[in-house]
Amino acid sequence: MRRGRDLAVALLTLLLGRIVRPRESRGRIVPDAPGNTSAELVALAFLALASFAAVGFIVAYAVGGNTQYLGLSLGLSLVFVAAALIVTARKLVVAEELEEDYPPEEHVVEQERVEQIVEEAGDGLTRRRLFKLGLLGTGGALGLALLTPVLSLGPFFTTKYYLGTPWRRGRRLVDENGKPWHADAIERDDFYTAFPEGANPEELGSPLVLVRLPPGDLRLPAQLRGYDAGGIVAYSKICTHAGCAISMYRAPLFQPAEPRPALVCPCHYSTFDPATGGTVIFGPAGRPLPMLPIEVDARGFLRAKGNFDGPVGPSWWGVRMWRPNP
Amino acid sequence: MIRKVVRYLDQRSSTAPFIRKSLRYLFPDHWSFLLGEVALYAFIVLVATGVYLTLFFVDSTAPTVYHGPYVPLQGQHMSEAYASVVRISTTVKAGLLIRQTHHWAANVFVAAIVLHLLRVFFTGAYRKPRDLTYLIGVTMLLATLLEAYLGYSLADDLLSGMGLAIGWSVGMSIPFVGANLMSLLFHGPFPGQSSLWPRMYLAHVFLLPVLIGSLLVAHLTLVVLRHHTQFKRKRETERRIVGIPTWPGQAPRSLGLAFATAGVLFLLGGLVQINPIWLWGPYHTYLATNGAQPDWYLGWLIGGLRLVPGFDVVIDGYTLVPGPFWGGVAFPTVVLGFVYTWPWIERRLTGDREYHNIVDRPRDAPLRTAIGVGVLSWVFIVFVAGSSDRADVVFGLSYTAQIWFYRMAALVLPIVFGAIAYRVCHELVASERIAADRKRAEAEAKARLAS
Repeated sequence: MRRGRDLAVALLTLLLGRIVRPRESRGRIVPDAPGNTSAELVALAFLALASFAAVGFIVAYAVGGNTQYLGLSLGLSLVFVAAALIVTARKLVVAEELEEDYPPEEHVVEQERVEQIVEEAGDGLTRRRLFKLGLLGTGGALGLALLTPVLSLGPFFTTKYYLGTPWRRGRRLVDENGKPWHADAIERDDFYTAFPEGANPEELGSPLVLVRLPPGDLRLPAQLRGYDAGGIVAYSKICTHAGCAISMYRAPLFQPAEPRPALVCPCHYSTFDPATGGTVIFGPAGRPLPMLPIEVDARGFLRAKGNFDGPVGPSWWGVRMWRPNP
Repeated sequence: MIRKVVRYLDQRSSTAPFIRKSLRYLFPDHWSFLLGEVALYAFIVLVATGVYLTLFFVDSTAPTVYHGPYVPLQGQHMSEAYASVVRISTTVKAGLLIRQTHHWAANVFVAAIVLHLLRVFFTGAYRKPRDLTYLIGVTMLLATLLEAYLGYSLADDLLSGMGLAIGWSVGMSIPFVGANLMSLLFHGPFPGQSSLWPRMYLAHVFLLPVLIGSLLVAHLTLVVLRHHTQFKRKRETERRIVGIPTWPGQAPRSLGLAFATAGVLFLLGGLVQINPIWLWGPYHTYLATNGAQPDWYLGWLIGGLRLVPGFDVVIDGYTLVPGPFWGGVAFPTVVLGFVYTWPWIERRLTGDREYHNIVDRPRDAPLRTAIGVGVLSWVFIVFVAGSSDRADVVFGLSYTAQIWFYRMAALVLPIVFGAIAYRVCHELVASERIAADRKRAEAEAKARLAS
């Protein structure tokens, strides 16, 4: 009973008690702020809301961790604290605008002293120039020495492997699951991805894009004659611009706007013509898509007749030094 | 209590005078001065959420097969890195909230830095004695772009994997040394061996954050040592600064902004989905998503790569300049080179080597405003060109026609916009002069009438 009364008094004091400051004798630095009891209550209310939201976050975590509830409760809690602080800044804290001098532009005497101290330290040296040269040389050599181990990060001088591919004469074309592609499975107006049988599909030189065109539509240049297998053409799936996978085939969807079927890269829209040996019709690619010569074997499966007619992947300084190997 | 703390600190560090001065450091009151602060608070959120994510992320491309609760990915081959990000997003409690907040904070961080840079540029706040502060700031932007790109790439999802392939191709296109540098960096051919992930991870969670943090300290120290700039209003002069003291005026404002920034970021992280990597799937060399769009701050680079027509500069079989170099290296180098050197270019153009504590309104420096608007609109047009594929899908505008339009626009419009900005500045200043003259004349006339 008595304890309950004490508690009630304590609570009332906490809620309604105010500080009344005695008049101070020393002069103020921060000017006296005019009181604003309603703003105080608003700020306190925001703090209360922030606490509720924070507890809400703990509850949300405990009952399952729903991302929306977690974000909402934590975000709101922080925003309520911000609101309390802004009310404090706007209504409860004295608005004073002070002025003072900017720091001086420079300290000329000190600058001279610094120069003097540094210079005078070297007065005992008779061969100053030679010393400077020596320091410079050592700095350069030591710097170079310390940089050398960087070369262990990777094969800096080797670039040949950029040109290699796993494609060889007789290698079968398989799908993502390693199943060989049958020529009859390749239909018109659709495109297919193929890999060299038994090779790493993640290698840049591996993936192919296959499409079937009406044989009459093919206009392959002389050096690519016979690269197709009865209208089925195979190109490297890696764009020669920036290494993305060619994953759009414009046929027959865009027929009215764009008359010819085309292979398109979704990164920067390099557009290649599958009928003319992968030549660039539009976009930023600088080289045609490398074409793989293929044939249909006795059982109807697709096989490579050799390697690509050009280097795979984006351009670099040595990309055109590639020579076809049969 | 306060006295006790201050006494303790002062007796051990002799800093009571310094603390006293810090409490009364003056902040000029203008909303645009808060952009840099937003960047600072976003950085703090990034570090806090980032540390949490490192506790769950696996920096390995070792192959694994997914057996988690997200059905569409079950049985799929993927890297440990991708699997760990899927785990963070699905099974770690509060993991998705922290990950999305981290991603949102990165986007807001870069945006706040860019807006802050624009404020500093168009008001001439970078002039002596703050040119060094400016250089450090621009370097931070550069480090931040790299940091954001690496963080985005670490997830090893299909979208970021395409971004990494593009970054690799752009690196390959550097004349003479590109292929060698990429070989060094990726430890062999792309898609690199597993050593790339620990490297990217080290850079993303340690090297670059430490660099950005150090530059931040240097940047803020220089700001405080030279004090803030200010706009000319009434009492402000080149020698006297007018502002609100840290305590009690500025502290609740800045803290309020800090809490508001963090609050909004967590609201976004909880309520607005960003980069749902479980939908993109794991990266494979032979896959690509359509309509791929990177985070916004890379839009200008994807635009640059899309706009430059396809040609490699070849001399006798030696590919001197592969195509991606123009949009991916040359374009950002020119833009950043301009941003870096502009204070010195302006000094050369105007012959102004004075100290400046009062900043300009954009109209007060028509030449700077015109050149700034020109360069900004150039970058912006290329940025918009980066979204032309979305415009094709959403509005049915022909992609090809758009690219040709943007190619022309990027060459012509910056000059037009720059000229318009120059003219507008002059007109605004002239109209102010006319208004002032009229006021004076009216006052004179009134005075004469009265007498």
